[in-house]
Amino acid sequence: MEEPNDLRSAPLPPIGAADHLRGDAAWPLLIVYADFTCPRCALAHERLRAKPLRIAFRHFAIAAKHPRAVPLACAAEAAGAQGRFWEFHDALFEDPAHTDDPHLWEHAKKLGLDLERFELDRRTEEVAGLVRAQTRGGMRGGVAVTPTLVLEDGTISPGPPEPGLIEGLTK
Amino acid sequence: MSVIEAGSEIPDFTLQTEDGEQFGKQDLLGQTSVLVFYPFAFSPVCNDQLTLYEEVLDEFTERGATLYAISTDARWSQAAFKEKLGSTVRQLSDFEPKGAMAKSFGVLHEGGFTQRALVIVGPDGVVKWSYQAPSPGELPGPNLIFDGLDAAAA
Repeated sequence: MEEPNDLRSAPLPPIGAADHLRGDAAWPLLIVYADFTCPRCALAHERLRAKPLRIAFRHFAIAAKHPRAVPLACAAEAAGAQGRFWEFHDALFEDPAHTDDPHLWEHAKKLGLDLERFELDRRTEEVAGLVRAQTRGGMRGGVAVTPTLVLEDGTISPGPPEPGLIEGLTK
Repeated sequence: MSVIEAGSEIPDFTLQTEDGEQFGKQDLLGQTSVLVFYPFAFSPVCNDQLTLYEEVLDEFTERGATLYAISTDARWSQAAFKEKLGSTVRQLSDFEPKGAMAKSFGVLHEGGFTQRALVIVGPDGVVKWSYQAPSPGELPGPNLIFDGLDAAAA
């Protein structure tokens, strides 16, 4: 993924190969900028789960906000390299009190990941660059808080989705 | 009341630093300053705002800009807020008399606290760019400041 070389305003990147997508392709698309250390993101995850929406997840990991933000994002990408991004994503949001490395190893083991590869992958420059690029791409597009939802029409909605928003998207 | 506009010379003012020293207009001259007015120390959006700016602070510095965080909180509260966030942006208190500087910059909310606003001041003490969030609960992303620095340099 090309990394933005500045932080001036720019349109949010279109859906691309680095995006993780879940849900039927016919369902309304919702891009979710989130951070695995963020309680409001866990709430958004809970509210959006099982809804008929095609979710695209993007990292908005701010190291200055939480020291585990970037490591957790990188760990999810490493799980994704073994085809288990969403399962790892769910595990992080559903067990928010356990975010240290041993907890990540437990999640990885439960998902049947190759732990040695997981450990190598989550520390690569490529993975760090992807997380950084998604975060900075979000910043350029006006994302400033987590979670931030981006609707198909380009509307940016900061904060966990209210029921009315979800109903409007899924009706 | 609306935020001071580009082209205006900034008024004289006196704020207090975290150490209790006075800080005024003269301290901004000769550099490009970004004044970050925020409503309340420890409030959720202000937490997010200052940590987000901290994340890219090196890049503001590379652009030759120095950030200052300004609110009507007492300096003791600001110091605790800064420590809690792990922020390195210098805090300036507009507490005594409360809101006097914010009022002169057009960013004093009728509730007696600072609006969420950004003002870029050039080395000559003239406002180069300014922005006030539509509501205190809305967080202006750092992209707006970088856009503002472009406008200031034009």
